[in-house]
Amino acid sequence: MLGGLLLLTLILSGCSSNKETLYVYNWGDYMDESIIAEFEKETGIKVVYDTFATNEDMYVKIKSGGSSYDLIFPSDYMITRMRDEGMLEKINLANVPNFKYIDDRFKGQDYDPNNEYSIPYMWGTVGILYNTTMVDDPVDSWDILWNPKYRKQILMLDSQRDAIGVALIKLGYSLNSTDPKQISEAGELLKQQKPLVLAYALDEIKDKMVSGEAALALVWSGDAIYAMQSNPDLDYAIPKEGTNLWFDGMAIPKGAKNKAAAEKFIDFLCRTEIAFRNADYTGYATPHVEARKLLDPEIRNNKAAYPDDEDLVNVEVFVSLGEVLKEYDRVWTEVKAH
Amino acid sequence: MNRTRPMLPYMVWMTIFIVVPLFLIVYYAFTSTEFNGVALTLDNFRRVFQPVYMKVLWRSVKLAVVSTAVCLFVGYPAALIMAGNAFSRKNTVIMLFVIPMWMNFLLRTYAWLTLLERSGFVNQFLARIGLPSLNILYTDSAVVLGMVYNFLPFMILPIYSVLSKIDRGVLEAAADLGANKVVTFLRVILPLSLPGVISGITMVFMPALTTFVISRLLGGGQYTLIGNLIEQQFLVVGDWGFGSAISMVMIILILISMAVMSFFEDGEEGRALW
Repeated sequence: MLGGLLLLTLILSGCSSNKETLYVYNWGDYMDESIIAEFEKETGIKVVYDTFATNEDMYVKIKSGGSSYDLIFPSDYMITRMRDEGMLEKINLANVPNFKYIDDRFKGQDYDPNNEYSIPYMWGTVGILYNTTMVDDPVDSWDILWNPKYRKQILMLDSQRDAIGVALIKLGYSLNSTDPKQISEAGELLKQQKPLVLAYALDEIKDKMVSGEAALALVWSGDAIYAMQSNPDLDYAIPKEGTNLWFDGMAIPKGAKNKAAAEKFIDFLCRTEIAFRNADYTGYATPHVEARKLLDPEIRNNKAAYPDDEDLVNVEVFVSLGEVLKEYDRVWTEVKAH
Repeated sequence: MNRTRPMLPYMVWMTIFIVVPLFLIVYYAFTSTEFNGVALTLDNFRRVFQPVYMKVLWRSVKLAVVSTAVCLFVGYPAALIMAGNAFSRKNTVIMLFVIPMWMNFLLRTYAWLTLLERSGFVNQFLARIGLPSLNILYTDSAVVLGMVYNFLPFMILPIYSVLSKIDRGVLEAAADLGANKVVTFLRVILPLSLPGVISGITMVFMPALTTFVISRLLGGGQYTLIGNLIEQQFLVVGDWGFGSAISMVMIILILISMAVMSFFEDGEEGRALW
């Protein structure tokens, strides 16, 4: 009864004119959006929800100023970069008690050693999503994305670190290469691949793979899981040469006007039931121990979605590259213009 | 003095939203921030004229010209029929051209993405009537189709508006003097409708040259046009200097094409449309 009264007053106070607003900037298709309404109802804080397509989009928008987001979802290397450039606010973990549910495996990673600036949101790998009815070769190497047999049947991620990273691995280099010569070589390799590529895309890739528009696609693991649930002919493989292991975090940009609400929302997203719903909806792997237990065993034990440490041998996490990034920018612009 | 005072709000508006941004573009295009300071440089322009970007520019101009030509060849007869006396459902047809424009441009382009898929509506229809399938999604043809679809009304409406204002008396005079339909069209209607045609060409060519949404969605991100290149510099790469330099080259190109257009455009009517 008392709880109900409290809730009622909360809702009523939420309706008053000086309504608190939280500006959230997340990846497209990266949250079960019904959760937002629930958070609004519970806290009376109004959420303005915008989406971006790549880390670089988000970074440029925050960097150029003029936007005032309270909560963003950058990946590992971007968290480091933004932290180093003083673009992130420290998170007060005392305000995020549900942080305790995050698997220790994902805490204190190199990109943010003490989780001072970010709380893990999702994690995954980069690999090849393919249609088993259209591909009869074994999919175990990045070479297949350069196989002329699949001309105009390949979809590539329109994201520079991912695309150049794959080319670097194929050449036997580190996907964090800082050698301009190696980066240029990777660019040449991507230009050679271009005639085989049907399209460079992002969120559309999963839909196009589900509808059988292409045979092979470079994807993030969560999109692969999502697509595989809609079309049983699809399968996901991590090539033997290795791949990128990534973590997306929740972070608060410097100068956020409503840091308290942002922390409240982070804690909300770390609730077991909410984290479960997000993982279930997006297909991405949650770092939340309890939420993972709630998932359908078929997904929970799926090695594509939740690889064990021993499956992740050849993997590398992206690191922030500093000035060399200009080289990546230049090469990617040339590949796209080619 | 009395005439300039009412202009003042407009002048302020134009200064803030047109003149200042233009100066910013010029500023970014000619400077570099490499060494933690600002230095004057021509590097950005040197880069624009590299062969790889010239190819992008050439591709953009080519696609824009093709789209404009298709719009003209489809749009002129349509406008002619609509303006004709015999045609009684004029307003209905004009409405049909205008109604799709009430819908969001992005949404309409997205729709084509689904329609043109290998297993999409268009191919299902073609299969139904026994024709071979059409795989044009993510090609130049899809980009041209998207441009023609989106920009066709901008060609038809100015031409229609000029054609419908042609004095019937002039046409009757032509007939009285023994001109047949073809001669009337070639020597009377066509020259009189030229201002509308020029307006139409300008209104289609410019958005076609600068579009980045159509080429990204329907061209699959591989047919980079000049608009995509600019967008990428500002939104993904963050190289404002290079982006501004391309924008400036673009502005100059548009100024040249407008100068060429206005050379042909001597009637008052075409101008009144703007």
